[in-house]
Amino acid sequence: MIIATTAPQLGLLASAVMIATIVLSSTTGEVLTAAAMKSIGDLDEIRAHSGMKGAIRAVVTCPLFFVGIFFLALAFFALLLALNYLPLSLVAPASASLTLVTNAVAGKLFLKENVDRRRWAAALLVCVGVYLLAH
Amino acid sequence: MAHHSLSPRQYFILGLVAVCAPLGDTCLSRGMTRMPPIALAHPASLIAAVFTPWVAIGIALLIGFFASYLTALSWADLTFVLPATAFGNVIVALLSRYWLHEPISPERWAGIALITIGVSFVAQGPSLTERQSAPVTQQTESAIEQEPVR
Repeated sequence: MIIATTAPQLGLLASAVMIATIVLSSTTGEVLTAAAMKSIGDLDEIRAHSGMKGAIRAVVTCPLFFVGIFFLALAFFALLLALNYLPLSLVAPASASLTLVTNAVAGKLFLKENVDRRRWAAALLVCVGVYLLAH
Repeated sequence: MAHHSLSPRQYFILGLVAVCAPLGDTCLSRGMTRMPPIALAHPASLIAAVFTPWVAIGIALLIGFFASYLTALSWADLTFVLPATAFGNVIVALLSRYWLHEPISPERWAGIALITIGVSFVAQGPSLTERQSAPVTQQTESAIEQEPVR
């Protein structure tokens, strides 16, 4: 990767699109990976019955798992690309904190998880906390 | 909703999720900053970096993080596991304060407090959403097709 020594100036819209790309691809990857692991079943139980090899085989034979990994890799490269144009102090806290909220929304919509008040409050508190910590 | 309480072993795995990622990042950072600058034109020196002690320990910890994270996702909701993962940020901040003796600003202390409160909120609730149908225990093609995610 070639790191630009003088980062070109980006408009607000272009910056927002870059951060949104990281957040959306990361959320898609997390949700697909979670769906894959739920479809496989409790790994502790599988390992108890079939050993470590059986647990690894259950994971690596699940196509959904690799689709999730693909999107997580996409999020990583989107982060690298964004760091060429935007400061780390903006990209890291913004993407890390927003991903927590989008994951809560996606968990409720796509994984049908019971995101109650407690989990919404936790997502928002941790979102603000990660932003403050990483900024 | 039934309360899905976690076993001590499952709490241990969540602890590994929270601890392994920040420790792995810290080890990688410590290992790489002690190395001479690596030119992208000489990728062999990057491969050699993998076998230095701090970098090797960091990679092992990150592999441990991913294995524990996948295990946790197999028996707990994503919206339960992710805040636990975020608690790793608190561990990094505390490590940097007490191990590396870096100062922590009041904003960062506020962030640590908010994450800790948020994680404690989630930890008090159920770890897994109750499903009406029988839980899926084996990976089957039909199970993958029935997944709500498209």
